[in-house]
Amino acid sequence: MKLTLRIWRQHGSSGRLVEYVMDDLSPDMSFLEALDVLNEKLILAGEEPVAFDHDCREGICGMCGVMINGVAHGPQKATTACQLHLRHFKDGDVLTVEPWRADPFPVVRDLVVDRSAFDRIIAAGGYVSVPTGSAPDAHALPVPKPDADTAFEAAACIGCGACVAACPNGSAMLFTAAKATHLGVLPQGQPERYQRARNMVAEHDALGFGGCTNTGECTSVCPKGIPLTTIARLNADLLKAHTTRSDR
Amino acid sequence: MSFHTEGPPIADQRVPAGPIETRWDRRRFSARLVNPANRRNRTVIVVGTGLAGGSAAATLGELGYRVKSFCYQDSPRRAHSIAAQGGINAAKNYRNDGDSVHRLFYDTVKGGDFRSRESNVHRLAQISVEIIDQCVAQGVPFAREYGGLLDTRSFGGAQVSRTFYARGQTGQQLLLGAYQALERQINAGRVEMHARHEMLDLVVVDGRARGIVVRDLVSGEISTHFADAVVLATGGYGNVFHLSTNAKGCNTTAIWRAHRRGALFANPCFTQIHPTCIPISGDHQSKLTLMSESLRNDGRVWVPKNPHDTRKSNDIPEAERDYFLERMYPSFGNLVPRDIASRAAKNISDEKRGVYLDFADALKRLGPLAVEERYGNLFEMYQRITGDDPYKVPMRIYPAVHYTMGGLWVDYDLRSNIPGLYVIGEANFSDHGANRLGASALMQGLADGYFVLPGVIGDYLADGPFEDLDDAHPAVADTVSEVRGRIKTLLAVDGDRTVESFHRELGRLMWDECGMERNEAGLRKALERIPELREEFWQRVKVPGSGAELNQQLEKAGRVADFFELAELMCVDALHREESCGGHFRSESQTPDGEALRDDARFSYVAAWEFTGEKPVLHKEELVFEHVQPTTRSYA
Amino acid sequence: MDTIRLYRSTIGKKAVMAVTGAVMFLYVVVHMLGNLSIFAGPGALDAYGKFLRDINVVWPTRFGLLIAVVLHFIAAYQLTAKARKARGRYEHRRPVQGSYAARTMRWGGVVIGLFVVYHLLDLTAGVLNPHGVHGEIHANVVADFQHWYVVLAYAVAVVALGFHIRHGVWSATRTLGVVTSQTIGLAVAVVICAGFLSVPFAVFTGLVS
Repeated sequence: MKLTLRIWRQHGSSGRLVEYVMDDLSPDMSFLEALDVLNEKLILAGEEPVAFDHDCREGICGMCGVMINGVAHGPQKATTACQLHLRHFKDGDVLTVEPWRADPFPVVRDLVVDRSAFDRIIAAGGYVSVPTGSAPDAHALPVPKPDADTAFEAAACIGCGACVAACPNGSAMLFTAAKATHLGVLPQGQPERYQRARNMVAEHDALGFGGCTNTGECTSVCPKGIPLTTIARLNADLLKAHTTRSDR
Repeated sequence: MSFHTEGPPIADQRVPAGPIETRWDRRRFSARLVNPANRRNRTVIVVGTGLAGGSAAATLGELGYRVKSFCYQDSPRRAHSIAAQGGINAAKNYRNDGDSVHRLFYDTVKGGDFRSRESNVHRLAQISVEIIDQCVAQGVPFAREYGGLLDTRSFGGAQVSRTFYARGQTGQQLLLGAYQALERQINAGRVEMHARHEMLDLVVVDGRARGIVVRDLVSGEISTHFADAVVLATGGYGNVFHLSTNAKGCNTTAIWRAHRRGALFANPCFTQIHPTCIPISGDHQSKLTLMSESLRNDGRVWVPKNPHDTRKSNDIPEAERDYFLERMYPSFGNLVPRDIASRAAKNISDEKRGVYLDFADALKRLGPLAVEERYGNLFEMYQRITGDDPYKVPMRIYPAVHYTMGGLWVDYDLRSNIPGLYVIGEANFSDHGANRLGASALMQGLADGYFVLPGVIGDYLADGPFEDLDDAHPAVADTVSEVRGRIKTLLAVDGDRTVESFHRELGRLMWDECGMERNEAGLRKALERIPELREEFWQRVKVPGSGAELNQQLEKAGRVADFFELAELMCVDALHREESCGGHFRSESQTPDGEALRDDARFSYVAAWEFTGEKPVLHKEELVFEHVQPTTRSYA
Repeated sequence: MDTIRLYRSTIGKKAVMAVTGAVMFLYVVVHMLGNLSIFAGPGALDAYGKFLRDINVVWPTRFGLLIAVVLHFIAAYQLTAKARKARGRYEHRRPVQGSYAARTMRWGGVVIGLFVVYHLLDLTAGVLNPHGVHGEIHANVVADFQHWYVVLAYAVAVVALGFHIRHGVWSATRTLGVVTSQTIGLAVAVVICAGFLSVPFAVFTGLVS
């Protein structure tokens, strides 16, 4: 099948869209495999291949991610770019491929962006402080199944950044709320629950992400379907942290 | 013609003698400690941030050591442990189904086809219990039952239900636990994180591992980092086969470079082929995707009785289906270990046709909701890749390279033969023998990182801190200039073939001759072809761009160059081991009904290879079995 | 209570918007109910106005609303500025998928703000009102809605208010940590719109004179 890819090329501080016509693609290819094919051609033609992040290619590591025709990870719902197959496009389609864009996600090169801001949000409080060796028996604290399921649903976040890329406010609230919810609904996460909310949100804001306006754009592109209700939960925790708790 | 020479035997000097149940306790007691105030001035480098590296860096940071952590990905959370689906074993016996530390130990030694060390495996089984506690306390959302207690399921090679899981994302959830612990230490200033940095060489000074040379993958800058000890947690080398279930970036460079600096490489030919992967769809294929072994709990594997049957799977009547695993291995059925299931599939079908993994019975017995609860995300993944709906049509699966049991040789302390160089997780060879059981990789990675390494590394660091180093030191300067030289050479070739084309060709060769089934003629052919191909690589490879920028082709070129050298050693190892065991099946050594035939009299040893630049030198470490008597592995 | 630190966070600002929004929303509800007294016969609306002045709630309400409006605006401005800096600029971007109401909160807010200014000059100060006599509320209203353009301006503003309320009610409850369904926001918005629009249409069509 044939596709025309208009790909953002950037080396240095500015970039532009460059058009590549590919006419020997198979519908069974993944989108990233189509980029592989393009790169093989570019290299042999003496041109610079397109830089893009990817690793596991099975939709779990969160390393890949591009905007395809203005949609994070492309048109198929709940799917990362590496798991998006060309059978979801029509022969002859023209696709604009751009990197994630948000102020806290600077472009490194072509489609590669720096998402280290996410690590800093986790470092600010996205954990349970339990040094190795200090844990009680795993069955010491039963967890009601509904809580375990809610925690799991939120914990499925792969940290790809699609939520930020899609958000009209450049907000990382879905990412932040997913972790706060995962740990906040489990009994193991209770002691630090409010402190965690406060520290993670403070870091989120300090990194330059925007605030959430509940437009839901994030959850509609999230490859793991993290629900918007996690944000309401985080809001509640943060308000409680500031209004009733004295611990800092 | 022999492709190797033999050197003196070696032995594990650090394992205590005496009762196996107390060896770990006694070793921890005999290991020297570094007092808490002094830990601040001991630096440890940890390369890799998967389950082993992430948990080790976090735990060493908690203990008060100064830790420098490195990963090639953009975040430590992306290491490929994240892709492990099925679960993690632990001898908790929560099911009261007869499990115990001894049974997990026994199953693992047997599952490894009697090519692993009893002491290491016993320790692994003991620690398994603590791992679950630790992970639960971190908030890992394991699957639970309605009573609020942890759920478990069965995995290949075991008749008890000891596998803890978090839907099909156990590796992800465990890794996030370790990653969060690591980020906590980064925040506390105890761990210095270097993401998007790739280790390109090991710095050895006066016989001690003292640091690493890394390339900043964004700027291209080459720099050195020094420490009192270096820990490699860089995973396995399955990508030598080009197509595998590994992440695209997984590579052998860190351990291969350490091997070239003197670290012994043990059992390189022991690779695991996973039976349930999605078959190849075309030449463009960039990787293979695993379907968790847990699917074999409820899915039934079959092929059409007539191999030339062209009907669609659902049109083939029950009577014309051959449930070959159930037929051949009635007591374990679909849950035989991976090596056995893979070879059975290979013998009965081929890459193009694959075999069917059918959930029709489970859907009838449990209902679609229960099936979705257990395997929903796996089914979705299958549908995304193939376009077929497993709720309606049986999955088509085929074996693929998945895990490498071989790795750098380490002693009981996980220390390589280079003082100060520790190797943990899949990067070492230690616990799985010739075949790893399902749900044991996560167990081993976390055992090494959370408990074993932090428990004994003090014994070495107590001798430190060692002398300060800088780039002017001759040994350091030499290493750095070698690294720069290699990069320069790769960029200078400017040939007419891409790195990918070489990788593909090498992978095909390895899959054909050193894959699921090996024989002398094929291995000799590979050993002739690999050096030719490697020579061609250095003559014709084309690496665009420069070294001073983000250059993904340059990264890949360096990795593939090392795969060429490793591939040769794998074939040498496979050729010399004239027996079949676990993942290593030599067609010359099989029983009349086609099962693997071990040769304990000649090959009950670990093959540890020394790099010389000429023919590799084999050092044998004899394996002693006091608690589990080697028998013919039977799952019938 | 840690107000300053709370306000510094984006969620704190949103909470301020939610609370001030709720205050204004309550006012809007009471205002609408008051308007409906026009249907109780000639003189009812004027009597209601006199009652409000007699119990001295007019100025305290105005003062409270002023604070709410100012805080609502400042927080909105600050959040908008932060979002503008944070958001990515794409060559090709799919239109935001959220509801029309969610997408138009900011401009909708501006439209409502401008209308409020006109509305105060019209029916509070009386300077833009064709009748414009203090205390003769009924007559002022009837004089206004003889003109199609006044009805139109009023209707546009009320619909904008409806959209604002639709997403506002839903979003504000979530900001305050309560998960509600979008239907509630929609239902509230429809009721408010209907209540406010009934008066001008009744006057324009001659049902009320």
